[in-house]
Amino acid sequence: MRWILGRIGLFAVTCAVLLAVNRVVTDNIRVDIVSLLVLCGLYATLAVSLNLINGITGQFSIGHAGFYAVGAYVGGAWTMLMRPALEKSLPILHTGTQIGDHLNLLIALVLGTVCAGLTGLLVGLPSLRLRGDYLAIVTLGFGEVIRIVILNTDAVGGPRGFTPITELVNNHGIPLFWVYGLLVVVVLFSRNLLKSAQGLKFLAVREDEIAADAMGVNTTKVKVTAFVIGSAFAGAAGVLYAHCQTGITPDSFDMNTSIIITTMVVLGGTGSISGSLLAGMVLTALPELLRNDFIKEYRMVIFSTLLVVFMLTRPQGIFGHREIALPRFLRRLGKKGESTP
Amino acid sequence: MSQNGLLSISNVTMRFGGLAAVSDVNIHVAQGELVGLIGPNGAGKTTLFNLMTGVYTPTEGSVSFLSETLNGRKPYEIVRSGMSRTFQNIRLFRELTALENVKVAANMRNETSLLSAVFRTPHLLRNDDEIDNFSRNLLEQMDLADVADTRSGDLPYGLQRRLEIARALATKPKLLLLDEPAAGMNPQEKVQLMDLIRQIRERFSLTILLIEHDMKLVMGICERIYVLEYGKLIAEGKPEEIRKNPKVIAAYLGEEVE
Repeated sequence: MRWILGRIGLFAVTCAVLLAVNRVVTDNIRVDIVSLLVLCGLYATLAVSLNLINGITGQFSIGHAGFYAVGAYVGGAWTMLMRPALEKSLPILHTGTQIGDHLNLLIALVLGTVCAGLTGLLVGLPSLRLRGDYLAIVTLGFGEVIRIVILNTDAVGGPRGFTPITELVNNHGIPLFWVYGLLVVVVLFSRNLLKSAQGLKFLAVREDEIAADAMGVNTTKVKVTAFVIGSAFAGAAGVLYAHCQTGITPDSFDMNTSIIITTMVVLGGTGSISGSLLAGMVLTALPELLRNDFIKEYRMVIFSTLLVVFMLTRPQGIFGHREIALPRFLRRLGKKGESTP
Repeated sequence: MSQNGLLSISNVTMRFGGLAAVSDVNIHVAQGELVGLIGPNGAGKTTLFNLMTGVYTPTEGSVSFLSETLNGRKPYEIVRSGMSRTFQNIRLFRELTALENVKVAANMRNETSLLSAVFRTPHLLRNDDEIDNFSRNLLEQMDLADVADTRSGDLPYGLQRRLEIARALATKPKLLLLDEPAAGMNPQEKVQLMDLIRQIRERFSLTILLIEHDMKLVMGICERIYVLEYGKLIAEGKPEEIRKNPKVIAAYLGEEVE
């Protein structure tokens, strides 16, 4: 059972590092930059989770904002509607204390993740029978359906929006901890999956569905699994988004958001985890960094020009199918240093 | 049907709309045989393979393998029961390496869960090691060890064909279906292929059913041959019988006009 201890140790170390970084960053850096960092982390999570579906399993889905919305609203509904009802009998759910806030957020995360995953299952089961463009259109449609259902649900504010307790996260300066904690989880999840023989099933489905089927891969199961996992992680990101922003409206989850996430995956290189991660961060930060006085008028022009240039010069994305891996990088350095292999 | 029948196709008909691609075909393959399936283009040979492997379900009749009927079973279930195939137009996982291609197939009986993969449990790591060893070993036996880490789409054509056979073998089949294994090969490669087919048959104690256009190859290695034309079986027998059969000659060369 030594490996369990090892994993727990790794978990503890990661938490400690994140908490420390969180403290240092929140104490020393301007609030607007912290919230930009939060957004970068969230979009990187969304991109990496969509990469599981689009890049690794090869199912072109462009309705990811829908699952993001499910997570945001379910998480918000817990904090605003369910928690207050339960608070009387369970005093531990009081907000305002460190433990209470973290616990509430954790419950919101679990609920949001599970609900988004279930929505993914519901959407994925019928639509993953379709391929290519058809699948893209159906997922796009489902994304919009989810948004419009929320728009017409009065309990969560309808078009007026919904305001989960933002202090839950912001009181103790904990948003970075949760957001980047989630990012680490998503990245490790994808990487470990790809490293195992199991992960090859997902790639095989992307490469050739008929051949995968003939080699004993249950393609439907693989596709639905990827879809559910990707949606669930998007839901988790949604929960954090809802609790980091001052409010959410259905407009935050429209088609544009879906398309931006898809752009990140494609630009990063479909199938490359590190590519999605990097593209998610850069594409979120870039429009904001271009806000300085000199060029702010042209920022969207510059942004879209960059995208076009990228698509023309490097259609396979920044990394293609490859990953940045520390060991390989070190090995390459070693090879350059000494001539022996 | 003989007692040790492995595969039997009984009165199978497959219609696509009004077209009967295969009609009323009976084929029986016994354990250990090496059987050929020939016929002019469009005779329904590949359709027959697709019927056996579950890509299509026959309109009429039944396919049974190891005395179990396969009708309505999915391709991935059928391959698990011990029937594996290659494709006429090579269908490798092109972006994956040769080794990974084989691993996908070797992974078929992998019982580890997704969660154990995410947490990298010792059980999973052992299991992954076994799959890795098994796959490398298989590549070695197929003379593909040198290209184990090459992207399969970059391999030369002949090696791609060979890798496809290796991948099919990784599922540990009892019956191997080869769909035009020699297509596009030069004469020298064809000779090598014949040797290879004989070898793997011995080594993995396989039963083989192969579709082929190259008569030299078919006549050279098959013990029994079925001939298909316009979806119907027109002849069955030993190579020398088939060679003399007037119907087969007519199908391939046309009939003499009086």
